[in-house]
Amino acid sequence: ALIKQFVTDVAWGDLDFLIVDTPPGTSDEHISTVEALRPYQLLGAVLVTTPQAVSVGDVRRELTFCRKAGLHILGIVENMSGFVCPHCSECTNIFSKGGGEELAKHAGVPFLGCVPLDPQLSQSLEEGRDFIQEFPKSSAFPALTHIAQQILDTSQRSS
Amino acid sequence: LATQLSLSLAECPGTGSAQAGRASACQGCPNQGLCAAGAAGPDPAEAAELRARLRAVRHTVLVLSGKGGVGKSTFSALLAHGLAADETKQVALLDIDICGPSIPKMMGLEGEQVHQSGSGWSPVYVEENLGVMSVGFLLSSPDDAVIWRGPKKNGLIKQFLRDVDWGEVDYLIVDTPPGTSDEHLSIVQYLSATHIDGAVIVTTPQEVSLQDVRKEINFCRKVKLPIIGVVENMSGFVCPKCKNESQIFPPTTGGAEKMCQNLNVSLLGKVPLDPQIGKSSDSGQSFLAEAPESPATLSYRSIIQRIQEYCEQHHFQEEKIM
Repeated sequence: ALIKQFVTDVAWGDLDFLIVDTPPGTSDEHISTVEALRPYQLLGAVLVTTPQAVSVGDVRRELTFCRKAGLHILGIVENMSGFVCPHCSECTNIFSKGGGEELAKHAGVPFLGCVPLDPQLSQSLEEGRDFIQEFPKSSAFPALTHIAQQILDTSQRSS
Repeated sequence: LATQLSLSLAECPGTGSAQAGRASACQGCPNQGLCAAGAAGPDPAEAAELRARLRAVRHTVLVLSGKGGVGKSTFSALLAHGLAADETKQVALLDIDICGPSIPKMMGLEGEQVHQSGSGWSPVYVEENLGVMSVGFLLSSPDDAVIWRGPKKNGLIKQFLRDVDWGEVDYLIVDTPPGTSDEHLSIVQYLSATHIDGAVIVTTPQEVSLQDVRKEINFCRKVKLPIIGVVENMSGFVCPKCKNESQIFPPTTGGAEKMCQNLNVSLLGKVPLDPQIGKSSDSGQSFLAEAPESPATLSYRSIIQRIQEYCEQHHFQEEKIM
């Protein structure tokens, strides 16, 4: 009921994009969200994973959910994909690498890109600042803008 | 709406109270039905059945986190491995994350199936003294999704507890899904027929994670679940090349340490990031065995010891509930 209210009773005004952040899993909230949003123009779902197999394993199930719910899959994002040490620039794959890309290939869905770990990203989000504005030189910046661009392109093609 | 919501959370009468599900604050709570149906615990016949089934479990530890992706399942798996290193102890690991059951993969048991015998479902054994049960074992394909609403999930959790033939167990570790939803209320209620030593809550240093942990702590207090302590995961990273430390998930509000001080909860330890942890999990091996010298291993071992000490000190006299 709460989810339905968020969709129908919030004065969103004229919007080009509504981004819906969901909890992890394939549960009540997900079913309710898809049902509540179905009357509107659902562009599709972006699935976020870390590179590790255990994370990819869960996202495979999420893909099944999307297919069963008739939700178009915009693509997969491989998050926390590598960390570049600010002291020496050595890149370490803390949570492994490549799992998201492999999954996209295996599932036949677009791979939107890898986003590396950046402590500035975490910090600025916690402080409520606009990361994109403040850290255009961050290694996460080109990744995030590339992903956004692909979604924009998809939306333009479908309208 | 926001005011209504925060009032509700503050005014939850408690799942075990006579007002459970019936107070005005219960309106809209996802567990209202369960509480109002008097299912604040299992019904007496089920309770007796459950007690009998779990009578031979000496210690039960719940692993919780308010937030997803903080390393809770990894921690549960390593806690089980760590406790089972003592071959005289019988350890069991129950995975009730029905939507995202990671434990089979982490324990190297992917693709295993459960067998049913006359005495119930048999756990799958990693070692002679380490048994595992997960909904993952019931799914025939890695693509299968369990898209169930609350009551059906509750039913499955109940079944795991009632029908798994655990045998004599020194430690039952229960890995839960993230959040404070029906699954949590369900497991706590069903287990309330037996004894839970306490909960371990896993977090990262970030405020967004701590926010959810505070809710988790409130939940534990409301249902009278003792809190063994908090584990701060992903706490710093030492570059393997230059050995400098980076705080990848900066503790902008003082991390778990400050939160534990404020809420009078024990900080069991901080575990740094180590790329080997993910690799070991993915290949179903114990990180503690594969990287015995890692600072992360030393941290884990110290935390596991503190949990063990807590359980031994609060040893529950089984006779008291019978």
